[in-house]
Amino acid sequence: MALVLLLAPLLTGFVRKIKARLLRRQGPPLIQPYRDLLRLLRKEVVLAENASWLFRITPYLVFAVIWVAASLIPTFATGLVFSWTADLIAIVALLGSARFFLALAGMDAGTSFGGIGSSREVMIATLAEPAMLLTIFTLALVAGSTQLSTIAAVMISSHVGLRVSLGMALIALIMVAIAENARIPVDNPATHLELTMVHEAMVLEYSGRHLAMIEFAAYLKLLLYISLIACIFLPWQLALPGTGAPAYILGVVAYLAKLVIGAVLLALFETASAKMRVFRVPEFLGAALMLGMLATLLLFVSRSL
Amino acid sequence: MPSLTDFILQGSPVKQYRPGLCGIVDQTGWIAAADALADGHWTLLGLWGEASAAHMALLEEPTATVGIVRLETLENSYPSVARHHPPALRLERAIHDLVGLEPQDLPDPRPWLDHGRWGLRAPLGHRSNAPLKSTAYEFLPTEGQGLHQIPVGPVHAGIIEPGHFRFTASGETVVRLEERLGYVHKGVEALMAGADLGRAVHIAGRTSGDSTVAYAFAFSRATESALELEVPPRAIWLRALMAELERLANHLGDIGAICNDAAFSLMHAHCGILREHVLRAAHIAFGHRMMRDKVVPGGVTTDLSDEAALTLRTLVPEIRQRFPSLVELYDNTASLQDRTVGTGVLRPALARQYGAGGYVGRASGRSFDARRTLCYPPYDRLHFEVPVLSEGDVNARIWIRIREVEQSLSLVEQILEQLPDGPVLTDVPDIRGQGDGLALIEGFRGDILVWLRLAGDGRIDRCHLRDPSWFQWPLLEAVIEANIVADFPLCNKSFNCSYSGHDL
Repeated sequence: MALVLLLAPLLTGFVRKIKARLLRRQGPPLIQPYRDLLRLLRKEVVLAENASWLFRITPYLVFAVIWVAASLIPTFATGLVFSWTADLIAIVALLGSARFFLALAGMDAGTSFGGIGSSREVMIATLAEPAMLLTIFTLALVAGSTQLSTIAAVMISSHVGLRVSLGMALIALIMVAIAENARIPVDNPATHLELTMVHEAMVLEYSGRHLAMIEFAAYLKLLLYISLIACIFLPWQLALPGTGAPAYILGVVAYLAKLVIGAVLLALFETASAKMRVFRVPEFLGAALMLGMLATLLLFVSRSL
Repeated sequence: MPSLTDFILQGSPVKQYRPGLCGIVDQTGWIAAADALADGHWTLLGLWGEASAAHMALLEEPTATVGIVRLETLENSYPSVARHHPPALRLERAIHDLVGLEPQDLPDPRPWLDHGRWGLRAPLGHRSNAPLKSTAYEFLPTEGQGLHQIPVGPVHAGIIEPGHFRFTASGETVVRLEERLGYVHKGVEALMAGADLGRAVHIAGRTSGDSTVAYAFAFSRATESALELEVPPRAIWLRALMAELERLANHLGDIGAICNDAAFSLMHAHCGILREHVLRAAHIAFGHRMMRDKVVPGGVTTDLSDEAALTLRTLVPEIRQRFPSLVELYDNTASLQDRTVGTGVLRPALARQYGAGGYVGRASGRSFDARRTLCYPPYDRLHFEVPVLSEGDVNARIWIRIREVEQSLSLVEQILEQLPDGPVLTDVPDIRGQGDGLALIEGFRGDILVWLRLAGDGRIDRCHLRDPSWFQWPLLEAVIEANIVADFPLCNKSFNCSYSGHDL
């Protein structure tokens, strides 16, 4: 759990650095996200006069929920402390409730930007969540379980092989991950244009430690999705419980390498495409939904696809 | 309908400018001119007032005639032009705020530039120390179910100029946009009154920072037309060289910035590099990146040395080599094209009615370019095309810029080849008596109009500078209708109107 906390800002810093280098800019240092968090924690909180208790507790709630979700995902070893309590559906539920509270808080202060942000975010979520669930069904049908550790173990074993349905599930999951993390082309995390924001517009009213919590939650979410994709589709070198220290070290190295690959691919994709119109997002996520659905159907038709 | 020349010759007395005519009309003549504008015979170039006079600058496009009609000995009011011709609306509201003249039957009498924070009223007319009572500004009402308002600005999240935008949206679709400007009013015209020529040209160059060359150029030409002063040939060519470098730098910056508003920062980075090359070359050639205060009445202050000319000569092929691949990148990025094509369409009829200049007009089928239509020197001896498209969307406005970059590169080359030798500055002679002058210069945004009257002692009596944005801002309101809120930044950037030049 502590590992994900430490790594998450670094990952975001790394993505930013790669993007800057791709644009031939120097870019901020890798540890800039840590500094940002520290700076925000030191600043005082400016609260809207009509903000309710919900507005104040949401940042902590969102942070806690996403942290829990992130620590449910096997990073470099499968034997997690909590893995018996929660499966993939629980992770989706945790992320969903975090978003629910954030959307409520966005509307709480009564500003028009918060309202726009919340409405856009929820519009994206209504499509992203079913797509994610369908992907999970596909995986569950292949692995016979929704437990992440079990899925990873099945994936490592040689008898899964290449399957059409898994390929579709992978693409669907990547599309959902892009939408959920407010990356280009769905949202632009670096924009200053109030009118085009989705996630940023929703949290526009936050400041100080509240904003730090929300930013941190966003860093964690990015790490969560990359770890999830890595754990399911690239499960190589995951240390199984009971293996010795060398396996664990190998697992850590492999995990870091997977994160680097994920970050570089994300940065490349973001640099090469423009943001889409808000009303194109449903089409984009609709494609993810269809892919997830097709993958599930294929598995019903034939177990070997 | 008589031609503009005949119409002005009916009035008396008539003064001949180098680019046009000025005639005094009575109220019937004034209203007849407003009707002719409304019928589309002429295009409104500007409308400004003095304590007891009102001026209207007109353009007859087929014959390329510019004329001013003047209405004198006014008490407190004059017949409104906006009642017949809506593009004059904001100009008349500004006249009311600055001069205190009341346009009769103005459809929208709300203040425009005066937000009640100046501490005085009518600074250019009969000043009074009682400031406007700062009552809440009433935005135009919208009625309907499920509409909500989004106020944006005047302070924005990025480092841009201030302006307030009031959106009324139905969900994501914009039903109405209303702008409120005037936040960067600097009192340029009041500062001009009583300034000597040296100071006045500096003020003119600071009206809108990105068009500093075009403003100084226009001001200098207006002064020269008032003084009937001949400028050395080399200075004429150097002015055009600076104007083209300014156009080049601004267009390159704009192309990148529009793409950046669609979150495509790759284009922004590459265009930024090219723009920087132009600015550095300008610094080497003229000693200032933006070439501010380099154009003055009588010529230019800095001559171009041979080494500096060489720098500019190497700049052109370098941009020629790198720019096409950027154009290709723009054209081949489907996600970017999806944002720009069909977004923010400006109908050609509106562009014509408002006399929209620059890329805004040319992307909507209005082919006016002061360099070509009025053929002021040295453009009468240069070869260039005026690109025109009729789609009127964001994509068309980008393409006009791309084509103009190519034209400007060729112009820079031609100017460097044909640049004559000789002095670059003549002394401004002692001014004999009063005189007024007019100039219309193509800046990168469009045509900049400068009219001025010199007092007997060589100072400026009254000077009016009209930014092209006056006729582009209202069109932005029309363009965004029925588009989605999130596309506004893209439309806005493709217009790239000046706040500073408009608010004066």
